[in-house]
Formats: sequence, C-alpha cells, structure tokens
Amino acid sequence: MAITVTMPQLGESVTEGTITEWLKQPGDAVEIYESIAEVTTDKVNAEIPAPVAGTMGEHLVEKGTVVPVGGAICTMEATASAAETSTPVTENLPAEKSTPVMEHIPAAAAAPMPVAAPAASIPSGPTGTHLTPAVRMLAAEHAVDVTQLTGSGIAGRVTKKDVLEFVQRRDAAAPAAPPEPTGGVAARRAEAAAQPAPPTPSSASGDTLVPLTPMRRAIAEHMVRSRHTSPHAWTMVEVDMTKVARVRTKQRADFRKQQGVDLTFLPFVAKAVVAALRKVPTLNATWSDQGVLLRNDVNLGLAVALEDGLVVPVIKGADRLSMAGIALAAADLTDRARAGKLRIDDVEGGTFTLNNAGALGTLMSQAIINQPQAAILVMDAIVKRPVVVEDDAIAVRSMMNLCISFDHRINDGLGAARFLRSIKETLESIDDSAALW
Amino acid sequence: MAVAKEDAAQRAGLDTDALRTMYRHMARARVLDERMWVLNRQGRAPFVISCQGHEAAQVGIAMALRPGYDWAAPYYRDLAVTLVLGMSPKDHLLATMARAADPNSGGRQMPSHFGCRRLNIITGGSPVATQVLHAAGAALASRVRGEDAVAMTSLGEGSTSEGDFHEGLNFAAVHKLPLITVVENNGFAISVPWDKQMPLKDVADRALAYGMPGVIVDGGDPIACYAAMKTAVERGRRGEGPTLIEAKVARLTPHSSDDDDRIYKTREALAEEKKHDCVLGFRVRLEEAGVLAPGDAEEIRAEIMREVDRALQEAEASPLPSPESALLHVYGD
Amino acid sequence: MPTKTYIEAIREGMRDEMRRDERVILMGEDVGVKGGVFKATEGLHKEFGEMRVIDTPLAESAIVGVAIGAAINGLLPIAEIQFQDFIMPAVDQIISEAAKIRYRSNNDFNVPMVVRAPFGGGVHGALYHSQSIEAIFCGVPGLKVVVPSTPHDAKGLLRAAIRDPDPVLYFEHKRAYRLIKGEVPDGEYVEEIGKARVVREGSDIAILTYGLMTHFCADAAEKLAADGFSCEVVDLRTLRPLDREQIIASARKCGKVMVVQEANLAVSIASEVAAIVAEECFEYLDAPVMRLGGPEIPGVPFSPPLEEFYMLTPAKIETALRRLAAY
Repeated sequence: MAITVTMPQLGESVTEGTITEWLKQPGDAVEIYESIAEVTTDKVNAEIPAPVAGTMGEHLVEKGTVVPVGGAICTMEATASAAETSTPVTENLPAEKSTPVMEHIPAAAAAPMPVAAPAASIPSGPTGTHLTPAVRMLAAEHAVDVTQLTGSGIAGRVTKKDVLEFVQRRDAAAPAAPPEPTGGVAARRAEAAAQPAPPTPSSASGDTLVPLTPMRRAIAEHMVRSRHTSPHAWTMVEVDMTKVARVRTKQRADFRKQQGVDLTFLPFVAKAVVAALRKVPTLNATWSDQGVLLRNDVNLGLAVALEDGLVVPVIKGADRLSMAGIALAAADLTDRARAGKLRIDDVEGGTFTLNNAGALGTLMSQAIINQPQAAILVMDAIVKRPVVVEDDAIAVRSMMNLCISFDHRINDGLGAARFLRSIKETLESIDDSAALW
Repeated sequence: MAVAKEDAAQRAGLDTDALRTMYRHMARARVLDERMWVLNRQGRAPFVISCQGHEAAQVGIAMALRPGYDWAAPYYRDLAVTLVLGMSPKDHLLATMARAADPNSGGRQMPSHFGCRRLNIITGGSPVATQVLHAAGAALASRVRGEDAVAMTSLGEGSTSEGDFHEGLNFAAVHKLPLITVVENNGFAISVPWDKQMPLKDVADRALAYGMPGVIVDGGDPIACYAAMKTAVERGRRGEGPTLIEAKVARLTPHSSDDDDRIYKTREALAEEKKHDCVLGFRVRLEEAGVLAPGDAEEIRAEIMREVDRALQEAEASPLPSPESALLHVYGD
Repeated sequence: MPTKTYIEAIREGMRDEMRRDERVILMGEDVGVKGGVFKATEGLHKEFGEMRVIDTPLAESAIVGVAIGAAINGLLPIAEIQFQDFIMPAVDQIISEAAKIRYRSNNDFNVPMVVRAPFGGGVHGALYHSQSIEAIFCGVPGLKVVVPSTPHDAKGLLRAAIRDPDPVLYFEHKRAYRLIKGEVPDGEYVEEIGKARVVREGSDIAILTYGLMTHFCADAAEKLAADGFSCEVVDLRTLRPLDREQIIASARKCGKVMVVQEANLAVSIASEVAAIVAEECFEYLDAPVMRLGGPEIPGVPFSPPLEEFYMLTPAKIETALRRLAAY
C-alpha cells in the first residue's frame, strides 16, 4: 500500500523545513522509525523517521528544497502488515528533543473533532417587542414609530439596522410622479386605500418650499394612519367651571408658593378625566382583532403645542396622583417638552390623551385620536356666558366645552356620553374644600 | 586592650577625626531613633522601626562607601547607614510624620522605607530581600559602563531565607559583580530566632557555596566593620567580584512599634544585650584612647538633641500631602 | 518595503535600539550564545558582546530584579523571560517592585525596563508553554502591557517600549513568530503605546481583539463580509492602558460588540473591555456585549483534540459572529 510521507512539525512555532540529505533511496528497505531524511529548520536539525515499515518510494522534493510543515516529501510502499499496524504507530510520537507530529494519520483517527462551543453565549433571544437602547435612541432621533416596522432580528426584533434602513427609505422617498388620472370617486377611493404616492404640487413663482422636518413627517404619517385606522366619531358637553374657578382663585397663591408652579385648570380637568376613565374603562383601551384590550394603568398623555409641531408627553399612573401631583407632573413635562428635553420614556405608554386647546382660545375642537388609544379629549376655552340656572334665572357662568373624538369600533355614543357626563359632574360639584394634595 | 584597638583604627586608615565622626554618626542615629520611639509612645508617630544595637555595624559599613557615587539598597533597619550617606534627621522625621516633603516617598510609604536618588540610596518597598537583586543590577550597570562604583545591600538574617537573596548572590558571583551583601544578624526575625530560620549559625558560611568570600565581623565594633567593608569595596572596585559580610549585632528594641518582644525574648537576655550596647561601648573605648575628651560625649549628645529638636519642629510644621496628589506619579508621562 | 516575519521584526527592534543607544542591554536565559530558544535574539550576542547581551542563571526573579537595579542605575534593560508561563517567580519583582518604584519614591526613581516573554498556544506546548496570562498584569497601575499582532507593530511597539520611562511588559505570540509575515519599513519608526489599530473598518459588529486572534478575527470578518455583514476589527495592541477612545468609538458606531481573546474568559482583558463598552456605550447597543475566549481550564492541553478544544479558530469565531449578526 502506497503512502505519502509529509514534513513534520519539528518545533514550536516552526512552519517549514529544508531536506538536507536523503538517507534512503528509492527501493531501499525501511524499518519503522528508521531515519529516512535529514531536515533543518531555523530552530533545530533533525531526522525524519519512517512512519511505517516497507520500501522507500519516490523522493517528491529535491535536497535543499524548503517544504512547509505538512507538505509531501516522499512516498513509501508499506508492507501489508505494516499498513495495519500503522494506525497505532502514528499515535506514538517518537521521543525526540523535538516532537514531530505525524501528518499521515489514518482516517479514523483523523475524524474531525466536534467544534467546541467557544466560551461565550448570546443570551436567549429577545421577545418580539424588545427594544434595545440603540433602537430607542435612533427611533427618537428620527421620529420613527417602531411598532410600524417589521423586525429582522431574532423573534422579530426590530434591529438598529431595520430602523436605519427605514429612515433611509423614508428620507429617500421623494414625492413620486402624479398618478394617472382615472375617473370616478370609487377609483380615487381605491387609490387612496392603496396608499398612492401623493401628487407633486406644481409651484408658482413666489412660492416657498419648506422642507419637511422629521417631526413634521412623523406627525403627518401618524395623522393619516390614525384616520385610516379608527372610525372617528365626535361629541361634546359644556361644563360649568364656575366653582372650579372659585377654588382655583382661592388656592392659587398658596399653591404657587408651596409648589413653585402655577395652578391652571388642567389639573382639575385631568383629575376628573382620570376618575371617569376608571368608571368607563372602555375609554382607556385599545382595539385588536382578538378583543378590546382594557388597560390597567392610566397613563395620561398631555398634548403640548410646540413651535414647529406637537408632542404628547405622558403622566404615568395619573390615577394615583393628587391634583397637585398632576399639576407638578404636567408642568415638568411641558417645560421639558418645550426645551426639547423629553426622554423616550416620557412619550411612551400613553393610554388616553387630553388636549388643553382652550389655552389657545378655541371653543370647539375635533382632535385626531392618538393611536393606539380609544379616544382623545379636548378642553376648549373657558368663556364667561349668560346661562339659565335654577328656577329659570339667568346668570353669568364660566363655561367650557369638552369635546371627545372616539374610536367607534370600541365605544358607541352611550359610552362616550357617560364618560363626558362623569367628568362634567365631577367638575360641577367641586366644593371649596376640594383637596388639592 | 586599648593599644590593640588603636592599632586596628590605624590599620583601617581611620585617624582621630574619622573616629570622632564615627562616634558622632552613631550617637546621632541613637538620639534620633530614641526620639522616634518617644513620638510613637506619645501617639504622634504611628510607626517606628529601629536601628538601636546596629549602629556600630551600620556606621562602620557605610563609612567605607562613597556617598552619591556607590550605590546602597538598604533595609528598613538601616537608619544609621542613611545618616552616614547624607540623609538628615529632618528627612527621617518628615517620613515619620508622613509629610509631603518627605524625600523618601512624599508620605506614600511607611517610615524607614528609605530612598534618595541624589545619594544613590535605592528606594525600598516592604517585601524583604528584593533589594539584593536591585543592588546586583546597579552593580551590573556600573560594570557595563566600565565604572568602579560598587553596590551595597543589607538585610537581616531572616531575609536571607528569601529566594531573592540566593538568586542575587548567585548572579553576582557568576558575573563577578561589585556587590557587597551585608547581613545584620541580630538573631531574630520578629519573633523567629535564628535557629528556626536556618540550619547554620553563621550566614557567612553560605558564601563559599556562592563562590565569594564570607566575612564575619563583630557588629558591635565599628572599626572592624569598617575594615571589613573597606576590603570588600576595594575588591569590588578592582573587579574581583562580590563579598558577603555578616555583622553580629543585637536588636535592643522589639522588631517595631507594633511588636511586643516580651513574649519571645526574656528580660534577662535583653539586659545582657544592653550591657554590650555598641554606642556606649564605642564611647568608652574612644574616651579610654583619648579620642574623646571627658564631657565631649555629653556635648555631642546635647548638640544632636538640639538638632533633632529643630528638625522635629520643622517636620511638624511641614504640610501633609494633598489628597489629589495621590494620583500623581503612577507613570512618567 | 521589505517583508519580515514577526520574530525577525522583534529581533530587529532590539538590534536597532541597541545600535541607537548604548544603554540598552539584554538579559535572560539562553539569549546570548544560543540566540534564544526561539532564536529571537540570534546575532545580538555576536554584535554587541558579553557585556550587553547577558546569559543569566536560571532565576526569573533575578532576571527581572537585576534588570530593575540596572535600570535604576542608568541602563535600559530588556529582560527576557523564556516563556510567559515561567514569569511567576518574577511577579513579586514586577508587581511589588517595578510597578511601584516611581510611585513609592514620589517620582525620585523610575524603572525604564522592558520584560519580554513569548505567550500563547497552538504549538503543542501544553500547559506550561502555551498560557495567556497577561491579565494578571493588566490590573496593576504602574505597568504597561503591550501585545503586537503584526511584524510592523512588533518592531514599532518594541522600540516604543524600550524608550518608555516606565516598566513595559511586551508579550509576543510564539505561534506568530514564523507564521505571521508582513511589511516592516526600514528606518526609524515607533508605534504609540496606548493606541489600538483599526485593522478593518465596518459598521455592523465591532470585534475588539489582540494577539494572534487579530488575524483569526480578520479572516472571520472577511467571511461575513461576503454575506453582507460588515465587521470592524480593532487590534487593541496595548492591554494596559487600553485605548478607551477607540473601543468606545467602534462600539458606538456598530452597536454590536464582540471581544475576542485566546486567554481564559473569566477576569480577563475581555471582561474589562466589555465593562467599558457597557458603561460608555449603553445607549448605542443593539445587542448584549459578547465575549469569546478560552474555556475555564488551567491551560492548553497537549493532545491534539484537547488543544483544539481550547484554541479558538477563524471558524469558531465566524460561528459566534453570525449568531451576533442575526440578533
């Protein structure tokens, strides 16, 4: 049986050797372990022993050639019995001052070892909704709603790459060419439903194109989606805020002195809203195909108008706060929102949104629901008006409209009306000794 | 006999002035040392480790070196060696009081961890016997540059059990380095007596095995110590290699202010040692030989006391290191 | 530019510095007449003589301790420990003495000494000729620790180490000696201690590594690139002080980090690098920080299957990288 003899590794870190002398010529009888060649490396000079007994075959390299470790140097004809015993032979490394590792190992002994797991482990994969710090940071920076992305990571995790690619696509999406005009409302509805690329408006001279900020894009994207998702219904009540105004006037100075912030009408309304949400829990909920998910926490979002947009920071666990607590939280969030210092945490997790549009002077508003919530409530301006009171007398009262836009999949008019009535009753029955703390 | 001892001084090349200087060095070390103990007992110095009983050996040895030229890698008990080589009582009191101006370490090390580049006193740490190798290295550098500076290292007999002692002697002998190793054998390594430390009575017997001369001297006789060291130094300068000198001394105090030696040393044994106090002994010898006149010793002592008083005042007035300075000098850049 | 092997570059680094500055001396077992058991110091004894290339007795503590003394007395010694595995008797001199001498003398003394030692496995060296125990020294203020991975850096860092005023431990991978070849410029150049090197730029995964593993990681990164994963490979080069700036920059850029070393994983350089990333780059992480290293066994065993079990390979690294890429 013919075998190939290879250059052994003759020392630590040695990678090649040079044959200096062939000690056996083709055809010579060779005993096992007998030296067949002299080799020199830059560390040692040594002799290569025969791996088997038999006859020397061909010299595959000439004297003086540099051969890498493992390279073939000659062939040998092993005698039959020698071939069988060659298996254990190669396991016994000759005891020399250098320890050559025989490269010629029978297949069995050379079976590949299982690749040992390197000493490291990736923790078991994330849950689908898991957001890493990098993802949260990028999502905030680029105003991306990650719930809208498909994750490419383990278990559907939205990865940093997913966010970046989304942003790239979104930013690169230049307004597409106008769609082919087709006749009929139905066609246009179908187009709208299929989310067509919006037509490029043609500009006249003197027009200015204001580039879209990430916030503008985000708001636009959200509003369109909200309208498409929830069938919006709207209703309102008017609330007599006279008693509240009286309490507020009375407590205002002390409150400012003790709490360091102004006492507005917002905390009064917010406290009433939060109580009402407890009474009508379907207003503190989210629609899903499996069912209406009633939220346990009441995380009240407050819409804050900014110069170039709006943001909705959230008071977490608002139902556990006193009126003063709500006032302080609202002041803090509003300040930070205006200073651009909100954290991801501050804008996540809202279950209901209250919009104090009245501060801007409007009387009736039809807001768009903040997805995936069930409704959004606007408190419009408080205006002194002549109203009919007990016994048909006319009096001047401070009146405020409370307007609710609600998702008609989750609530019907009854639920919405009950909710509003609860708030109205709370506000109109407030008494002077109302505890603010 | 007085005459024989006079001859010894002459043979060693010590004239009257040198002998007076020798005594002065010993007295200075003793006074300073005693003052440090006082401070410790007063609660003003947290740690003291003493050279009392070793003065003769240390002064004799150190006077045979050229300060600032030869190298010294002493150990913690070598107060007198450092004074001879040029450190001052104030330098040591700054260290005792952990002041920023402490030249040994800026208050970073405990007292008696000597070091002064200006005087070629190699900074020492707390692991014992490591300095033997450093001194061998300094000696090597001297030889590489073709200079004749020698390196002295000293240690207690207990430290000769450390591997570095043996490695250092071996290395120095093989490479014929001008290293003089001085073993100040006071019979105790804290509480462990010499016969639990080694199978020999004389450390110097090891010298033969390390291929160098081993010399035993009476550590209470500064002249004998000086003479032995002078011989060794000259040998080293001539390139003839290292020497091991063993000085038999007595430790008149506990190992340090943290040690109470009543547990392991009888008061009788201590009293016997104090009877042979080398400072007193040398004073008597010099008075007998007329080198010191009556009253000289007292005057010298009074002068030294004043010097130490002043040094202590200055040291106490010296500021402590600032906390942030702890971050400095980890690296040179 | 000439191509040299890693060991040639080291030899030249010593030779060039010894020619440049007569204060540089070399000492260790077999470094003189024999030229070193790996031939790292071949030719130096002939050129510089007995006084400057010293065959020492078999005493590691003395090799380092005497070098310290010589450094204190004005020389620039290179102390060679024959195998990093045998550095233990010298640890007292390295950690208790060399590391602390400048600090304890309040800047009166310093120790401009280099301690060189070959380390690392994959050469059938078994438990006592294959260890990677550099981590022992990397937690010691006062020491510097460098591990070059290329011939270019081997020469440049050795020259920097020799010129450094503080003790530098210079660990050379013994498998790399003849295996790794690279371009080494002629003439004067020095690599800065404390600066990592970006071997390959990337944006998906930052691989932080050193020593022979640098080459394995580069191979693995190449494989991943073919599948669209972009890996940044950073050769740390200096293990103390770590190049925090580069570590942080690469980690923040990529968001996924793998630290790869040959040494045992627990309480290692990878541990420290991972801690730095966690502290400084938390907001930027898109996956937990991963470490890859040797298993928790006291060394690299002799028998081939056992050695293969221990040693990392480009394939093992690639497998781990792919898992991280998919996270």
